[in-house]
Amino acid sequence: MFEYAPAPENRSIVDIAPSYGLFIDGEFAEGKGTFKTINPANEEALSEIALAGPQDIDRAVAAARRAFESWSALPGSERAKYLFRIARIIQERARELAVLESLDNGKPIKETRDFDLPLVAAHFFYYAGWADKLKYAGFGSDPRPLGVAGQVIPWNFPMLMLAWKIAPALATGNTVVLKPAETTPLSALFFAEICRQAELPPGVVNIVTGAGDTGRYLVEHPDVDKVAFTGSTEVGRQIARSVAGTGKRVTLELGGKAANIVFDDAPIDQAVEGIVNGIFFNQGHVCCAGSRLLVQESIAEELLASLKRRMATIRLGDPLDKNTDIGAINSEAQLARITELSQIGESEGADRWSAPCELPDRGFWFAPTIFTGVTQAHRIAREEIFGPVLSVLTFRTPAEAVEKANNTPYGLSAGIWTEKGSRILAVADQLRAGVVWANTFNKFDPASPFGGYKESGYGREGGRHGLEAYLA
Amino acid sequence: MTVTATPSLSGLPDSAAGLRTFLHGLPGVDKVGVEARTAALGTRSVKTTAKAQAIDLAIRMVDLTTLEGADTPGKVRALSAKALRPDPADPSCPPVAAVCVYPAMVPVAAEVLAGSGVHLASVATAFPSGQAPLEVKLADTRDAVAGGADEIDMVISRGAFLAGDYPKVFDEIVAVKSACGDAHLKVILETGELSTYDNVRRASWLAMLAGADFIKTSTGKVPVAATLPVTLVMLEAVRDFRAATGRQVGVKPAGGIRTTKDAIKYLVLINETVGDDWLDPAWFRFGASSLLNDLLMQRTKLTTGHYAGPDYFTLD
Repeated sequence: MFEYAPAPENRSIVDIAPSYGLFIDGEFAEGKGTFKTINPANEEALSEIALAGPQDIDRAVAAARRAFESWSALPGSERAKYLFRIARIIQERARELAVLESLDNGKPIKETRDFDLPLVAAHFFYYAGWADKLKYAGFGSDPRPLGVAGQVIPWNFPMLMLAWKIAPALATGNTVVLKPAETTPLSALFFAEICRQAELPPGVVNIVTGAGDTGRYLVEHPDVDKVAFTGSTEVGRQIARSVAGTGKRVTLELGGKAANIVFDDAPIDQAVEGIVNGIFFNQGHVCCAGSRLLVQESIAEELLASLKRRMATIRLGDPLDKNTDIGAINSEAQLARITELSQIGESEGADRWSAPCELPDRGFWFAPTIFTGVTQAHRIAREEIFGPVLSVLTFRTPAEAVEKANNTPYGLSAGIWTEKGSRILAVADQLRAGVVWANTFNKFDPASPFGGYKESGYGREGGRHGLEAYLA
Repeated sequence: MTVTATPSLSGLPDSAAGLRTFLHGLPGVDKVGVEARTAALGTRSVKTTAKAQAIDLAIRMVDLTTLEGADTPGKVRALSAKALRPDPADPSCPPVAAVCVYPAMVPVAAEVLAGSGVHLASVATAFPSGQAPLEVKLADTRDAVAGGADEIDMVISRGAFLAGDYPKVFDEIVAVKSACGDAHLKVILETGELSTYDNVRRASWLAMLAGADFIKTSTGKVPVAATLPVTLVMLEAVRDFRAATGRQVGVKPAGGIRTTKDAIKYLVLINETVGDDWLDPAWFRFGASSLLNDLLMQRTKLTTGHYAGPDYFTLD
């Protein structure tokens, strides 16, 4: 047996302060209270974070409004210089930020190092390139920024979601008040430092921390011109209601229950990798996760045997270990939700199988799990679990696969696995999902737009399309 | 041409047409996916005790090879001596798995290796091109075995394979296997010339169906030799073949593996795909020459804490 010795990344390359204030108008300020952010892998407190109340949001929005005058008046090429500078600083500090993100979120260092941070920098580089070319982006000869953007982001990809929100907003000349999730505020606060390091004018980026109430003050603030939210469909609905009739522009990127469709002529070994990557990447805390496996009945048995064999090699444990594949569940509340939905799956009669792996004593953990014998009538086939839990359904014909894939209130992403090119095109054409991956899954690029159908939200982020949400 | 020896395995092909249908019915290999998988596994961090374990295992898996026109008895004797005691300064260092030479050099190596437990492999069948009549190939094989080789590394006729003449390739392997007698047969696919992963998978199955004990990537004589993705496709093939037939076949990447870091990536690949059963010199080999000294250098570094200069390791 070949066991890998522990290979921990160096924790000491990141220096986390005992407390952090709100970042308003280029300065750190106290809020109306504080809350703690913890490391979900061991439940130890990492830092104490300021809680923003309504007055703090007022101050942050006012600072963004003041900064908007001069920021939006800058030539695009000048704004681009700041964005390029931010992108380069992120690259220079990538290792430190990767460790920080892993500590605060629980995701493995392998992913923060090889996925999150490279993409964060890539987004800033990409939108820096657009800043002086907006006239040619296809939104009129003189597209104008909207003003102050209130942005609320989730905890699953804290810094990447920040980049998706802030980079296009700044490139187009808007200013920003951003609220990171309450369980993962640290990378946004480090980003505030990076803004200072890049000498970004005060007030262009403001970071306010807190929970749901703080987010609500922000999106409901009358002087916010644009609301951008990524998170649950439930909160997305509340936001849509609250901004209705206000004239605010809104983009929502919400939940998903993506179908990952494996046809009998698929490249089986790579499809198994794609299934694993689709649902177990980032502990399954991915809105576009391939959480519904639709497998052609004629190969279901063989494919599931391969999948289980592969799942048995997944390495769960210390997120800072370079060989860890699955880290900690982000919070106790999320663990409770995953546990509850899994129990519902069992009580509704689906067969549960979890990879044999030892869960650490402290922290929040959930073994990679699949449910077989799932039908469209099961709750675990319909509701977003947002954890490392895969529901396996079967189909007989391509038409049935499409029908089942589309039979969901969501429509964020989908996957198709087949060696037949014509089938890829035909099926992709019929799927009602914003992103369709063919013979791969969970691939992202700043140049590619991302967004959903139906209850998965509206608006597009990324690519040329992502500019539209920030231009009038 | 017809398939002369048919595998008696139920559900597997027993005719020329059946062979083609079977090989082309194997699941495809997605190039992007297989390369992404090996790249991801390539980031595994193997340190300290795990590294020490990996290095010793890798040394035990080396087929120490010299296949040059300039090979002489002196050179082959030196190489064989090194195979027995790779690190003369450290008796705890294990011997390698085998020495691999041309048929003409087999008797020389056999003299040094006799009774040592280190195997003696010989390339045969008009290595490296395989472009010779079958009779020549068989004579080549019989000579090597008669000289003392207990492992034969044959090349397939890539020309016949690429022309779709699978029965010809199949029959040649069967004939060589029969000429081998008790010697183990490693079948070299020359994956660099097969070019696609689908071809690598088909050639792997073809060789195994025809009786190969090992499937081997390359001769080392064409520009593209062993790669991680090719080896992964072959590992998946031996895994699936065992599941279908119950017979285990070994895998040997050869050519271009020069550093400890490379070798460890291959061990990680085995560990996380086909598992323990192949983590053994009986089922996995490295065809290499310069790799051994790098393994020894890293081994010494782990035991002593510092790197010794290249002159502390023997050249042969």
